Amino acid sequence: MNVTIVDYKSGNISSVINSFKEVAKEKVNIEVTSNPNKIKSSDKVVLPGQGSFKSCVEALNNIDGLSDTLNEFTIINKKPLLGICVGLQMFGDIGYEETETKGLGWISGKVSKIDNQNGKFKLPHIGWNEINIVKDSKIFKDIENNSHMYFVHSYEFIPEDKNVISATTDYSTKVVCSVEKENIFGTQFHPEKSDKFGLKIINNFINL
Amino acid sequence: MLKNRIIPCLDVKNGRVVKGINFVDLKDAGDPVEQAKIYSDGGADEICFLDITASNENRDTIYDVVKKTSKKCFVPLTVGGGVRSVDDINKLLNCGADKVSINTAAVENSKVVIDSSKKFGSQCIVVAIDAKKNGDKWEVFTHGGRNNSGINALTYAKKMEENGAGELLVTSMDRDGTQVGYDIELMSKISSKVNIPVIASGGVGNLDHLVDGIKLGKASAVLAASIFHYGKHSVKEAKDYLDSKGIPVRI
Repeated sequence: MNVTIVDYKSGNISSVINSFKEVAKEKVNIEVTSNPNKIKSSDKVVLPGQGSFKSCVEALNNIDGLSDTLNEFTIINKKPLLGICVGLQMFGDIGYEETETKGLGWISGKVSKIDNQNGKFKLPHIGWNEINIVKDSKIFKDIENNSHMYFVHSYEFIPEDKNVISATTDYSTKVVCSVEKENIFGTQFHPEKSDKFGLKIINNFINL
Repeated sequence: MLKNRIIPCLDVKNGRVVKGINFVDLKDAGDPVEQAKIYSDGGADEICFLDITASNENRDTIYDVVKKTSKKCFVPLTVGGGVRSVDDINKLLNCGADKVSINTAAVENSKVVIDSSKKFGSQCIVVAIDAKKNGDKWEVFTHGGRNNSGINALTYAKKMEENGAGELLVTSMDRDGTQVGYDIELMSKISSKVNIPVIASGGVGNLDHLVDGIKLGKASAVLAASIFHYGKHSVKEAKDYLDSKGIPVRI
């Protein structure tokens, strides 16, 4: 099996690579590329994302054919894709970080700044927080409710259809921290930095 | 609920762990990769490497340490010390650091913080502030505590937030290595002034100091070296103690 981590020159993905390689060992081939042909032929795709919504979308669009390829992989061929952090946020229609930017539009919704209640909550939301699992998700197999995951973000994805939400976390409001829609998976937290439970989620995704 | 973080810090020199007492009198105490792994297995919420003499010496050893550690530890890894440029930050991130802390360079050239937070995102940019009390204010020191910039630490903290820092790592120069506790006044003043998380550092001698750093100093995270490093307390003991004092921690 081939799992491709999309390297579209946006932010630091070495931790994502290290964690997938740790979990995959020899049984799964982990490819790191932005090459559309390699993505097309892979079994699963991981879409990381660091920095702002705008910078990630721009970086993605800067690579010829990448967004079309991802679209085909995910929407037409319905193969499993995992978005992490801004990778998840880009599933939405629109993001408001820096300026209004169009997302991939795979899951209807918008990406807005977390309401910090006039400074009562510090932003970024950095650190370990518990996830409230609200629906069975394949990537949460053997993950207990209220497990701690590592977060670092100031913006949240607000999907229109609440049925796609698989987990939330409490920070100012109930922040959406995981979604599942058919073959599309996303985590706002960083499984690659969330110790053994994070690695378990990665393992669950690889074993889908 | 977001948990307060406990961050063991490993001071590294030439690829080996040391811990300074007031930045001098160094003791050698181990291999950083193994130490980091012990900490992350023991429940550390984050690991911090400070390459303490990097401003003056060959610093290629730290890249190797970061590379090896990031393949073994799956909690966030912050690396600082001798970070001069956007290129240095890029190199550390590529080696597997999740955050980079910038100290002297942030004072000397504010563009480093502005440019790097734009390029890599605020989430990986930590500005480290070494502050020393002078009368009724605190001044920012650079070059591992050797030079006084004369800049007011509170004003500076706010400016760094505006420049794009995602977190502030505040070290009291007066307390560092003394084991008498954090400079609570400094921590709470800076924490109240900015809307980004503050990591308290410098002066931890016992577990009550960690409690004070969070409860009184209003820090989001507490950093300590000696109390963990020489086996006085484990990270787990620290967490259990904080938990018993009503502080939310990841257990």
